[in-house]
Amino acid sequence: MTEAALPRRQPFAMRFPSVMVFLAILALFTVGVTILSEGFGIGVISTSFVKTLGKTLCLCLVALAMDLVWGYCGILSLGHMAFFGLGGYAIGMWLMYARTEIIVLESLAAAPLPPTPEEVTNGIATQIFGVVGASEFPPIWAFAHSLPLQLAAVVIVPGLLALVFGWLAFRSRVTGVYLSILTQAMTLALSLHLFQNDSGLRGNNGLSGLQNLPGLSDVPQSIVSMWFFWGSALALALGYLLCTWVVSGKFGSVIRAIRDDEARVRFLGYPVEAFKLVIFTLTAVIAGIAGALYYPQAGIINPAEIAPIASIYLAVWVAIGGRGRLYGAVIGAAFVSLLSTWFTGGQAPDINLGFYTISWVDWWTVLLGLSFVAVTLFAPKGIGGLVDILIDRKSPNRHGADLGPDQGALREQEADK
Amino acid sequence: MLRIAALLSVCLMLAAPSSAQQADAPIQQLIQSQSELILKSSRRTIGPAIDALANSGLPEAQVVLDKWQTREMWVNEESGLFVYAEEIDRDTLRIFDFADGSEIGVVSDDGFDQIKPNSGIRGLIGTALVQFQLSDPNPETRQRALDAIERGAEESHLAALRGSLAAETDETILARKERLERLLTIAYGATNEERIEAIQSFDGDLGVDVRAALNPLLAVRVEAAGTLPEADDIGRVLKPGTDALSRDEAYELLVRADLAKPRISIEAQRTALIENISDGQVAGIQVATLDSQSARDMAYAALADQGTVTPVATEAEVDERLASHVFYERYIGAPPEVVVAAQLALKSIENKVALNQTFDLSLDALSLASIYFLAAIGLAITFGVMGVINMAHGEFIMMGAYTGYVVQLFIPDYTLSILVAIPLAFAVTFGAGVAMERLVIRWLYHRPLETLLATFGISIALQQIAKNIFGTQARPLTAPGWLDGSLVINDIVSISYIRIAIFVLALLFLALFLFVMNRTRLGLEVRAVTQNPRMAASMGINPDKINMLTFGFGSGVAGIAGVAIGLYAKVTSEMGSDYIVQSFMTVVVGGVGNIWGTLLGATMVGFLQKGIEWFNPSNTLAAQTYMILFIILFIQFRPKGIIALKGRAAEA
Repeated sequence: MTEAALPRRQPFAMRFPSVMVFLAILALFTVGVTILSEGFGIGVISTSFVKTLGKTLCLCLVALAMDLVWGYCGILSLGHMAFFGLGGYAIGMWLMYARTEIIVLESLAAAPLPPTPEEVTNGIATQIFGVVGASEFPPIWAFAHSLPLQLAAVVIVPGLLALVFGWLAFRSRVTGVYLSILTQAMTLALSLHLFQNDSGLRGNNGLSGLQNLPGLSDVPQSIVSMWFFWGSALALALGYLLCTWVVSGKFGSVIRAIRDDEARVRFLGYPVEAFKLVIFTLTAVIAGIAGALYYPQAGIINPAEIAPIASIYLAVWVAIGGRGRLYGAVIGAAFVSLLSTWFTGGQAPDINLGFYTISWVDWWTVLLGLSFVAVTLFAPKGIGGLVDILIDRKSPNRHGADLGPDQGALREQEADK
Repeated sequence: MLRIAALLSVCLMLAAPSSAQQADAPIQQLIQSQSELILKSSRRTIGPAIDALANSGLPEAQVVLDKWQTREMWVNEESGLFVYAEEIDRDTLRIFDFADGSEIGVVSDDGFDQIKPNSGIRGLIGTALVQFQLSDPNPETRQRALDAIERGAEESHLAALRGSLAAETDETILARKERLERLLTIAYGATNEERIEAIQSFDGDLGVDVRAALNPLLAVRVEAAGTLPEADDIGRVLKPGTDALSRDEAYELLVRADLAKPRISIEAQRTALIENISDGQVAGIQVATLDSQSARDMAYAALADQGTVTPVATEAEVDERLASHVFYERYIGAPPEVVVAAQLALKSIENKVALNQTFDLSLDALSLASIYFLAAIGLAITFGVMGVINMAHGEFIMMGAYTGYVVQLFIPDYTLSILVAIPLAFAVTFGAGVAMERLVIRWLYHRPLETLLATFGISIALQQIAKNIFGTQARPLTAPGWLDGSLVINDIVSISYIRIAIFVLALLFLALFLFVMNRTRLGLEVRAVTQNPRMAASMGINPDKINMLTFGFGSGVAGIAGVAIGLYAKVTSEMGSDYIVQSFMTVVVGGVGNIWGTLLGATMVGFLQKGIEWFNPSNTLAAQTYMILFIILFIQFRPKGIIALKGRAAEA
């Protein structure tokens, strides 16, 4: 990014023209969907597709976080979908509690005696945890009755986990693939924990019915879906601005330097671990917020969403979109997840080879895996690389020499400018 | 036409006079004396009849009991004489005399009533029959009788068992009888000395039956009293509100002993309040204000004052009652001296059991460790030696397992098919590994993050392809018959042969790895290339070829591991991803680049997982969770693993 090197007096919009382009496209998109929606427009786009688009925006936001931590700071985290899921669980707990509370209060209102607080709590607990054979609230639900506290949890829980995990990992100088495997292990441990019935989050069943907002049962889903769509678009716009601000300026230069040569940055006197920790925690928080917006639109969250494979797909999106550039992550997430919906939804036409019919529901994953290999091998810049061709930006010719001094450094063909 | 013929034949048979039955035989007289009870056929009153038969000393008594139990005893409605019979068809019987077993004739069943003992009576007859069977000439019958005693011992068996000891000729049966006799003595021995002696004879015995015999002796009843009574049979003193005795249970005990006023459940209180609502009020309190427990308590107390409901204990009274009483256990299973002996014996047994369980757990852990080692050894080559991170390693394991499955489809003989499958799995995964190295990996050397992602892509694709070909359900990979069953050392320690085989296979792999790496030209070249490819190349080694072969070797080993793991677990398209994280953990914990480290890592991970499972046996998910957390913490303290490479080798 050349922006950082430009004189700093210029206004933000002038320094980052790509941000303005991005925001303009996002705004146009949002307005377009609103006009075409069932809730507020002419009804060309179905409510379920609005939800799909809203969810895609949330995935773009988490891909943005992934790009920040991987593309800019060089930490290939395979745990950001876990933070995403934690954000979803945090908001899901409130949604489920509040909605069940309304149902329980309604059913108890008919009783001859007014309900005591204990009866209400027990009623809610039986409703929620009956499915895992429990009837008492586990301690982690202590704040589930309060929306502000659970909203705080959306930020605090992933942030705190990332902070503790990152502090442990970075201080013992775990880097590169070891860090990736370690984050994957963390994700696996978390999902295995949540799969247990006594984890307090309904085990395998997960939290469900999240699409119904408590107290707003008479608002149709076509309207609610638009609210969430706007919310997701706003969050993505803010997230994009935040990420642009983070990667610009001195801070951005330092984290890119850490990506390219960590040891050299350390010798220059920068507290490398602190920088990495800040980025890791910040991106975890963004992922948590994205999750909190995603799961009310999805309606259900269960531990399978946290499984390690989800985080790998996240890396796939960013790599296909083009890491090391923020719009690349957004393009990758939107492109691959929408394509994936199209293929797995059975809308793609099957290919008849005469002796065998390729059904895309079965073979899409194979295609995705192989195209991922192809992107890694042949197009390290991803889809975002097309933009370079479009605006005729050339990489510096180092005649095949490394850009950095050791094997971990950026190769010439990966350099994004 | 047929029906008429049948009718005719029945008439003919009825006409034929039945040969004389010995009505005055001692056995028939004995049955006659009990016939009233037998015909009444009630479990509560049948006891004396069975006892009379069993203790008669008549040899025919066994036949009577036997036939009675199997519902083959019939009674002649006219004469009241008992016979046994086999049903020829629905209406006709062939009847026999109890006295000498001779056939009396074939008759219509019109004149006979079948004696149909219910299951309770049949059980009683079975118990009585045991004493006859214990001395039966057929050893199998004797064994069966012993089985029956083991299933449900009765006091009467003890005497029968003792009686049959002297005549026993078969040594194994004699040993069983003696052991059973001692076990029964523990429960039903006449004197305390006799019982204590029997208990002491089992000191340190691991049998489950011994513990089953001893535990009832230690049965306790929780009692409450104002002061602790001075008696020999008092066990522990319990405090209310602990795990052993909750407050509710303790108070319930007091209520039952009439030492305290009853309490009322919240539900019952609610019902009582609802019943007494009048004009929107309960005892003068507005219903709308009863929205907390304390308000409801007050309303109920007010109702109790009015005398409408029975007064109940308040919390303060409950506390006071609980504090003023002492709760203790009283031994009700046996007299105090016997209890003491049983406690001592159980303690020594428990110590020995704990020791054996630890040993058994270690065996389990060792076999789990060898599975992890098998899964990780291929990685130790590709990741540990070459530094290539191959996330599709788990899918190579899966390919090996599916190769074994396909081979079994073609070769039905399990021993032969396994022998074919092992080299074939190696060949298949070796080929896949070489192809992958040529097509993908070699373009990405020294770019570990890209390698990780590209191999992930391959892993996803391979998994889905396997799903498309073999479906989602688990496929069996059957072990040869000689691997069935397990090596039983005693009642606690046992290990299945298949686990032993996997352990041996793991050792073989270790030996193979050490041999290839340290004793062959290939190993030398591999080490040279991994340490310094350029220097190796200038010595005439072709690094490309070596890298290809090494990667192929690592993948091939994964294929063989897949066959072994498939024998032990089910073959699914996801079996690879179940092992991949643990395999990497094993290699990382052990220390990258050192096979002994991998061995130590696998041992540690295996023992750790079994150890955690031992604390919480019902939950293997939790065990895995805690194990991963432990490993994450472990890496904090030894980031380079248990065996860290030092110096130049560490940088290679």
